[in-house]
Amino acid sequence: MRRKISQKNYALVLGVALVVAPVAHANDGKLLATGAVTTIEGSGGGGIVPWATTASYAEDGEWGFTVNANFADVDDFQLGVQSLNLTYGNRIEVSYAQQRLGLNTIGGDLKQQIYGLKVRLLGDLVYGDLPQVSLGVQHKRNTTFALPQAVGAKHDSGTDIYLSAAKAWLAGPLDRTWVANLTLRATKANQLGLLGFGGDQNDDYQVMSEASLGMFVNRHWLLGVEYRQKPDNLGFARESDWRDVFVGWFPTKSVAMVVAYTDLKGIAGLPDQSGAYASLQISF
Amino acid sequence: MQKHVVAIILAIVLWQPLCQAQVGNSLYQQLGERAGINELMTTFVLEIAEDERVIEHFRNVDIERFHHMLGEHLCELTGGPCTYTGADMVEVHRGMAITRSEFNAIVENLIKAMEHHQLPTATQNRLLSTLAELHGEIVGQ
Repeated sequence: MRRKISQKNYALVLGVALVVAPVAHANDGKLLATGAVTTIEGSGGGGIVPWATTASYAEDGEWGFTVNANFADVDDFQLGVQSLNLTYGNRIEVSYAQQRLGLNTIGGDLKQQIYGLKVRLLGDLVYGDLPQVSLGVQHKRNTTFALPQAVGAKHDSGTDIYLSAAKAWLAGPLDRTWVANLTLRATKANQLGLLGFGGDQNDDYQVMSEASLGMFVNRHWLLGVEYRQKPDNLGFARESDWRDVFVGWFPTKSVAMVVAYTDLKGIAGLPDQSGAYASLQISF
Repeated sequence: MQKHVVAIILAIVLWQPLCQAQVGNSLYQQLGERAGINELMTTFVLEIAEDERVIEHFRNVDIERFHHMLGEHLCELTGGPCTYTGADMVEVHRGMAITRSEFNAIVENLIKAMEHHQLPTATQNRLLSTLAELHGEIVGQ
């Protein structure tokens, strides 16, 4: 049954890609790297923090489309993500992601689907004085809820709402181009939602801070750090904040790659979860 | 609470105006002064001439005058001993309805030109930062 759902999703992904590809024309109006990369939740941004940027290189009147795969391998878990992202005019971003967290030590896996929508409200990443400010939602649905329920999660679906501000400084410190993003997220999600939503300790929305800071060594290479505060709703194990250090590579507007060292601290009671993260994004 | 401190600092940084361009004699010098700027502008104009995304806007432009004015304007903006004698950017671009994509295309042509002349990343960034401030006066007029 699980396999069937998974196959259906891939068919959907492929179907959407085939339908969208022909209309995604002349989509290179933005400058290199300003579409950023794709997060583990399918939204455009860094690795773990959604940014105010919209994915792809679509400017006013243009459509953009990206496909993405992320993979993280920490001591006792493996996270795999595939996502699709449709953008219009540096204004609206619609995304779909499927996540699978493999529980190497405990056995089995946790899965969810994430439907995302992001709208740029004002400002611009590169030009003018205002930062680019966007409002987004991520609606998440568990496809495996037995384990989350067993450890105290209250709901098998939830919706995160976030406000992001991002700004690039073309000639910042060291005369390098810098980019910073701050995101405030209202959420009930336990471990992104993979362990359900709300819990025995808390079942209310809480506002979490997330931040990314990066420096372009040159036009193609970005070095950065990220931090993501997380709620702690479940009594069975303490949920830790996440952080990572990453290197992004933007050889052309079609491809972006990221590798990172990520420190996820304790997950589900298993301590010291650190390891490697890799991401590939293709833009049409 | 400590976690919020980082966030607050970042918020303050984000809301500050775009980093004030450090226009001084050094950028003018880094660009190779008037001769370097002229050579850079020659390559830049050639890049524009080959770019189908924007060439339409240059159909009726006196290229020699355009090249001269560009050089003069850049010389002044980068702190060189020049006075730009042309019209202001709003007036020059009035009625052209330059789109954001077209502006970015021109930026890419300039980057190509700077790469061609092997200018260091720092110099490129300083020039881009200076010219980015003209975005509001050029786009959508």
